[in-house]
Amino acid sequence: MTINEKQDELIDEFEFLTDWVDKYEHIITSAKELPLINEEYKQDKYLIKGCQSKVWLYPEMKDGKIYFTADSDAIISKGLVNLIVQVLSGYSPSAIMEADLYFIDRIGLKEHLSPTRSNGLLSMLKQIKMYAFAYNSLKA
Amino acid sequence: MEAFTDQNETSLLYKGEPIHKHFPALQQSVYGKPLVYFDNAATTQKPQAVIQAITDYYSTINSNIHRGVHFLSQKATDAYEITRNAISEFINAAHAYEVIFTKGTTDGINLVADAFGSYGLGPGDSVLISAMEHHSNIVPWQIACEKKGAFLKVIPMNEAGELLMDEYEKLLDDKVKIVSLTYVSNSLGTVNPVKEVIRLAHERNIPVLVDAAQAVQHTKVDVQELDCDFMVFSGHKMYGPTGIGILYGKEEWLNKLPPYQGGGDMIKTVTFEGTEYNDLPFKFEAGTPHIEGAITLLSALDFIKEVGLDNIERHESELLRYATERLSEIPEVKIIGTAGKKAGAISLIVDGAHPYDIGVLLDKMGIAVRTGHHCTQPVMDFYQIPGTLRLSFAVYNTKEEIDLFMTSLKRAIQILI
Repeated sequence: MTINEKQDELIDEFEFLTDWVDKYEHIITSAKELPLINEEYKQDKYLIKGCQSKVWLYPEMKDGKIYFTADSDAIISKGLVNLIVQVLSGYSPSAIMEADLYFIDRIGLKEHLSPTRSNGLLSMLKQIKMYAFAYNSLKA
Repeated sequence: MEAFTDQNETSLLYKGEPIHKHFPALQQSVYGKPLVYFDNAATTQKPQAVIQAITDYYSTINSNIHRGVHFLSQKATDAYEITRNAISEFINAAHAYEVIFTKGTTDGINLVADAFGSYGLGPGDSVLISAMEHHSNIVPWQIACEKKGAFLKVIPMNEAGELLMDEYEKLLDDKVKIVSLTYVSNSLGTVNPVKEVIRLAHERNIPVLVDAAQAVQHTKVDVQELDCDFMVFSGHKMYGPTGIGILYGKEEWLNKLPPYQGGGDMIKTVTFEGTEYNDLPFKFEAGTPHIEGAITLLSALDFIKEVGLDNIERHESELLRYATERLSEIPEVKIIGTAGKKAGAISLIVDGAHPYDIGVLLDKMGIAVRTGHHCTQPVMDFYQIPGTLRLSFAVYNTKEEIDLFMTSLKRAIQILI
């Protein structure tokens, strides 16, 4: 499945949730079921600090693909982090670097990526792209 | 002044109508839900009268002040000075020229910290603040202290969020050059015994600055009765426009302090060899000020006066009491800040849920609250929490809104835990 196919799948999944609270309930419920990031990676090295909530992001390179695991101390952030990880994890550095994440806007969660939300998501997205850039340079 | 129609009525009346009807911003729906606005400690909504005054200003008065000989300039100057007089009356200053227009509370503290730093701080001196200050009453003093090799010292508080007055007295040594503290805590709601703080400081001839940003909209403040040396507050937290604030200073202090900024309006004569500064209040008002903000602040004062601060205080205390009582229904809720005397705000945490998550869910249910550290990170460190959820009240809030908040909070907790 391509990154865009994954995004389209998520857009379909959220389409029937028209009420805002239901939308967030869905994000929260799925976040609760998530496996946590390996505790050993919950350290400052992998911390992306937001003003209100913290996000941990751990990258791993395997067979030319980057795999991400992530967590947050706030559950909505954790859910949103998971959506992004679901879409971008397991692809080549160049695919991740070039990815255009349109699904966030389409499912109505764009506000969480505005710099003023300070929940670490925007920084996390930048960090993902930076890891991709770094691994890509390593490869070259 | 007529306030409540009867004991059971929960909305204040204004011009014979429930007061929230006079606030256009409160008539909206957000995410398809009626808006409940509980973020008043951050900024209050504006009554129609203030919004109209802003339009009127630009339609009929707009002109620069204090310089022009023409009709509009004089009209603007008059209106500007009328607000200064009204503010002076509002806080019972001895003279209108003790009222300086600023950009807001932060600007006022920066002005005093900078000017007082140059005038009265030296190596080894100290500035005394409290453990519950907003960052705006911490950082300007840190900057001033750093420049002069002075130290910032902190009056501690107890678990309830009340100042330890015994400790305060012990800290008042002859190295302390100024005390700067908040009247009402923005994150805990604590009302500090500022009058006693000032009395004790004055026994040792130490001046006191009172941050009244969270006080003047809730209770009657009299600078002569308090005997404070400086007081700062913001227009936008008291139903007025943003970008305008007040610094009150006793005449003797304002005369002693050097100017904060140089420019137009604050001078008498300028030559390349030197400048003679203007008299008070203009000495501290360099450049073209926020004329519209100052002039239209008068409408906000009129609004407060018409409703009556006594009525406002009684109504808001009742909301605070009611909300505190209802919050005890939820076992997971813990109120942060349980001082004997509180005003305006309630901070809380929910066991097992991050304040951010609750804030996002409440927002989607139409309820505006604030989550985070509220620019008081040392307070959060004191309680060892990442932040709180804060609801803060204004004159237009009602018990029905608190009921709606409670239903929404319970639903949010149910989703999250």
